[in-house]
Amino acid sequence: MTNTQIPAVRPQPPAAPPAPAPRRSARDRGTRLLATLFLAPTIVGIVVFTVVPIIGSVVLSLFHWNVIDDPSFAGAANYREAFTDSTVLVSFGNTLLFMVLAVALQLVIALVLALAVNGRMPVWLRSVFRSAFFFPLVLSAASISVVMKYLFNQDFGVVNWLLGLVGVAPVPWLTSENAAMATVILVYVWQQFGFSFLLFVGGLNNIPKEIHEAASLDGATGLRKHLGITLPLLSPTLLVASVVGIINALQVFEQPYVLTNGGPGDATRTVVMVIYESAFEQLRFGAASAVGVLLFVLIMAVTALQFRLSRRFVHYQ
Amino acid sequence: MSQATLSLSRTRHSLAPWARIAGLAVCALLTLGPVIWTVSTSLRTPAEAFDLPPRLIPTSPSTEAYSGVFDQIDVWLLALNSTLVTALIAVGQMITAGLAGYAFARLEFRFKKPLFGLVLATMMVPLQVTIVPVFLVLKSMGLTDTLLGLIVPAFPTAFGTFLMRQYFLGMPKDLGEAAMLDGCGPWRIFRSVYAPLAAPGLAIVGVLAFNYHWNEFFRPLILETSAQNYTLPLGLVSLQGNLGTGSISVVLAGVVLSMIPAVAVFVVGQRPLREGITSAGVNR
Repeated sequence: MTNTQIPAVRPQPPAAPPAPAPRRSARDRGTRLLATLFLAPTIVGIVVFTVVPIIGSVVLSLFHWNVIDDPSFAGAANYREAFTDSTVLVSFGNTLLFMVLAVALQLVIALVLALAVNGRMPVWLRSVFRSAFFFPLVLSAASISVVMKYLFNQDFGVVNWLLGLVGVAPVPWLTSENAAMATVILVYVWQQFGFSFLLFVGGLNNIPKEIHEAASLDGATGLRKHLGITLPLLSPTLLVASVVGIINALQVFEQPYVLTNGGPGDATRTVVMVIYESAFEQLRFGAASAVGVLLFVLIMAVTALQFRLSRRFVHYQ
Repeated sequence: MSQATLSLSRTRHSLAPWARIAGLAVCALLTLGPVIWTVSTSLRTPAEAFDLPPRLIPTSPSTEAYSGVFDQIDVWLLALNSTLVTALIAVGQMITAGLAGYAFARLEFRFKKPLFGLVLATMMVPLQVTIVPVFLVLKSMGLTDTLLGLIVPAFPTAFGTFLMRQYFLGMPKDLGEAAMLDGCGPWRIFRSVYAPLAAPGLAIVGVLAFNYHWNEFFRPLILETSAQNYTLPLGLVSLQGNLGTGSISVVLAGVVLSMIPAVAVFVVGQRPLREGITSAGVNR
């Protein structure tokens, strides 16, 4: 499909051994025909709309092309440009900063809320909280950013009005460099933390109650119990949540596009915004493809690094 | 005895339950606050939309903003486009994922492993990385600036295929074997035995597809250049760009209208949605 998707860690049913049935070629032919028909739409679609475009991106990144004139071979020029152009460099810096802060914030908020919701309370109340935290996920990031642009307006926004009640001077949320990045992060995390929250709630439910009870009997309580027992048991879920969180954060687009359009200056311009602008506003398809390839490499590298690190820290029961 | 020890240690050392629940309530309010504000402000007259403090219940409730948004943009057309795109993608994904998932789970054929590996590998490829060549492929097919150009490339779903494969693998193998002994061919076994059991899995695929594509912004922004092909999120963002800040409540009325189907799916299909979201990284 379209977005980054990672299967949850889930025990797989054992693979079925090949049937020792006597070879009946008519049936086999029928099965193969059926398999071909069933797979055709998916495999053809994936080849045309994912495999060919990946190869196409790499090839295009080696050319200068504006769609109108004939493409001309550029060698590594597009990559050299990406590594020297200040806007591209700034966009990678912004995206990495955004990724670190947004994912950290998202995971901490989600974890604290999941632990709190997991505590004792009436069942209906728990499901009210769970629905509330998960609700922003079903809204459109673009439309919500439209709403947030009003809420964070310096002069008439509700956020500054609320801060004014406790004596804070109006903050230029969308128009000063540091505040703009903070606003983009806040709006993104507001919509995304529900995803990690749902993962953590599921992970906590999978921890056997006896472990907690045994720990309590041994005198472990409160924070110490969580740090020493809950977190290690939750570490596979933490890994999934952080991998998916990071992959998604590296592709952030809607929030900065609608809230600040990358500004002020280049303060909130992200890598995907640069891809969009150089391809579809400046018609520099080769340059845009080079940035796309670099983003892909970055995503793969970060994911690989995470799985390596996790070997040391993730505990499977 | 152990019960008593447990509750004792809890009351003594962990956060008091009322404090924890109060904290959660504040967080829930912060989470829903922007949505509540959106609905309540959309019900004010455009002139009152700026009023601070923001009142939960508008002083003089009015649907002026709603008629305003119908005057400013062709809401019906945007909604029709969004519905068409989303519904066709959802149905298309249920079909492609159901068929391919079944083939990977229950049929034997050559190159099964490498083909499944290919499907899994494409789950890792972000759309933003391939968008330039995808745009060029669609352009060569004459599908840019058409709704079909949004719909067709979204039919194959790597994650949906993976999910349906797991789903079919979870069904008892004996059912198919019994049908085979009764003389059923591979098509009959699929059609009469396994397909009827697949509805809950297909519901997850469909609900996820709906949630993602109803809210989708990046692809429509790139593919659709004429206003007649805009979907709702695209129409609303351009509405905000075209109007001055004076028409807040008009824009918010549009946002509320565009939320209705998403909220309906949230209410009706919350369980498949939750299951889908937690087994995928689907969001935005």
